Amino acid sequence: MSELVISGLHATVAGREILRGVDLTIRSGEVHAVMGPNGAGKSTLSAVVMGRSGYEVTAGSVTLDGEDVLAMPTWQRAVAGLHLVMQYPTEVPGVALRDVMVEALAARGHASDNVRGQLVAEAAKIGFEERFLDRPLNVDLSGGEKKRNETLQLAMLRPRIAILDELDSGLDIDALRDCSRRVEELSNDPDEPLGVLAITHYNRLLTELKPDKVHILVKGRIVASGGPELATTLETDGYAAFTDGDEPAESGAGASGLDDLFRM
Amino acid sequence: MAQLRELALPSADEEIWRYSRIDALDPTAFELEAADTAVSGGENYVTRGASAAVLAEPDVFAELNTEHQSTLVVEVPRGTTVDEPIVITHTSRPGTASFPRTVLRVGENAEVTVIERFASASAGPALVAPVLSAEVAPAGRLTYLAVNDVDLEAWQIGHQLVVGDRDSSVRLSTVTLGGYYTRVRTEVRSSGQGASTKQVALYFAGGDQMHDFRVIQDHDAPHTSSDLLFKGAVQDRARSVYTGLITIREHARGTAAYQTNRNLTLSDGAWAESVPNLDIRTNDVKCSHASTVGPIDDDQRFYLESRGVPPETAERLVVLGFFEEVLDQLPSGQLADELRAAVADKLNLQGGAS
Repeated sequence: MSELVISGLHATVAGREILRGVDLTIRSGEVHAVMGPNGAGKSTLSAVVMGRSGYEVTAGSVTLDGEDVLAMPTWQRAVAGLHLVMQYPTEVPGVALRDVMVEALAARGHASDNVRGQLVAEAAKIGFEERFLDRPLNVDLSGGEKKRNETLQLAMLRPRIAILDELDSGLDIDALRDCSRRVEELSNDPDEPLGVLAITHYNRLLTELKPDKVHILVKGRIVASGGPELATTLETDGYAAFTDGDEPAESGAGASGLDDLFRM
Repeated sequence: MAQLRELALPSADEEIWRYSRIDALDPTAFELEAADTAVSGGENYVTRGASAAVLAEPDVFAELNTEHQSTLVVEVPRGTTVDEPIVITHTSRPGTASFPRTVLRVGENAEVTVIERFASASAGPALVAPVLSAEVAPAGRLTYLAVNDVDLEAWQIGHQLVVGDRDSSVRLSTVTLGGYYTRVRTEVRSSGQGASTKQVALYFAGGDQMHDFRVIQDHDAPHTSSDLLFKGAVQDRARSVYTGLITIREHARGTAAYQTNRNLTLSDGAWAESVPNLDIRTNDVKCSHASTVGPIDDDQRFYLESRGVPPETAERLVVLGFFEEVLDQLPSGQLADELRAAVADKLNLQGGAS
């Protein structure tokens, strides 16, 4: 079993503090949803955990099974078992999906002699047309096809913990269902259940992907955590309940007040 | 063996030689010796010997070529399709100056593919000043690829003059990996209505190499079209220059002309310049140009690294992917594979940022 522990994480972008003390623990087989309004720091959280340049961690730690993730370059984080499904998957002209998978598997010390066959099998599971396997990465793919391609790579690489950055943005309902169900399957895998950190603005992802825990991220902090019903409340009342007042409540009275509000 | 005569060389002060290394060239250091030229394919259409054709000589290297040429003529009669590519390989020795001239005459509605390769017998400075002259008759179809893989100390200063008549179709490709200083001046003139040309180039300079292209897309008839894509990379201390010009003459109405030049700078000490120009003398044309110079895209690098691909591998994939658009359009798949491997070998990765 694996465990991603984000602890007291502070990060700045261009000198501005975006994350202001994030604590989250995701274990194998768990599905956590982090929800928040625009500007809450959702994408910053995924970027920082994966090591994208342009973000500076000023305090806190991120560990995967006790190993210091922040000390690793991006590719080693991936090899160690983290995977980022991107909100806007980058187009990489002229680079074939197969070649990237071969190199990514080789870096993990995995055999890569039947990558094509694996890709075809995985593509079938999520309704990704086989002809798209031969396109350069994300080039000339629709929003839905890009997310299917992301999900395909997730299934190929079998990470321990996956971060889904707005998986539900820019895709149609069929693609959303196909992608979410595959992620759900992976998280229920009896041998190596995937841990999932799903970052999303909207509830619609969560109708397909059943979260065990829902966290509300506002202004760089988790201001509330609870079960799936928290997302339902959010759907009804919006983020206003969490964004009243300029500052999120310090841990203590304010946070426990929110706990009361959302307790079963 | 005769030495090359003293020459009045141009100077880098002249605009047409701006950025070039012409000031460092000493032609008297070389002895005249024809390159060893081997031909495979299309024997019935190839003859050796001086060409009677008089060419425009835009500079002293073209004049020298006329003076010392060793000429090969490919003549494809009207209506004839040459099934296999004609492959011409020039191999020159260090210390020599050679002047290969290739004349292509593609008859009316004829079709041929010619691949011309430039190589060195062994390491060391040499001067190669080739000339390509191609005339494509109405509805003729020419596919041509020049591959420069000469030694890293060699000078290659070439000219390509291609004229396409009515409804002709010309595809010109260039792959340049070699040379201390490699310069190609290419002039493609659409002289008959409906003529179309497509040009692609891949160039990749490392160490102290310099690659220098001067390309003219000359539209001299109505309803002609040209499309150019030049992609280059520089690493170490290497330099490259692309200077392009689309000329659309007064009577060339209904013309479409495009030029795109993209450059990757893979090292801090490398330098690339891109200078696209337009000279449009009529209305009713479609014309565009685009050029970029810069390092590998951070987002592309991050995307591959986030899959677990190590930085050097990610960089190699991105650079090869960048060139794939050109390699994909080369007339020979087998040669494209060979060149893809040569580019991969040449990549001198310094270890990426984490």
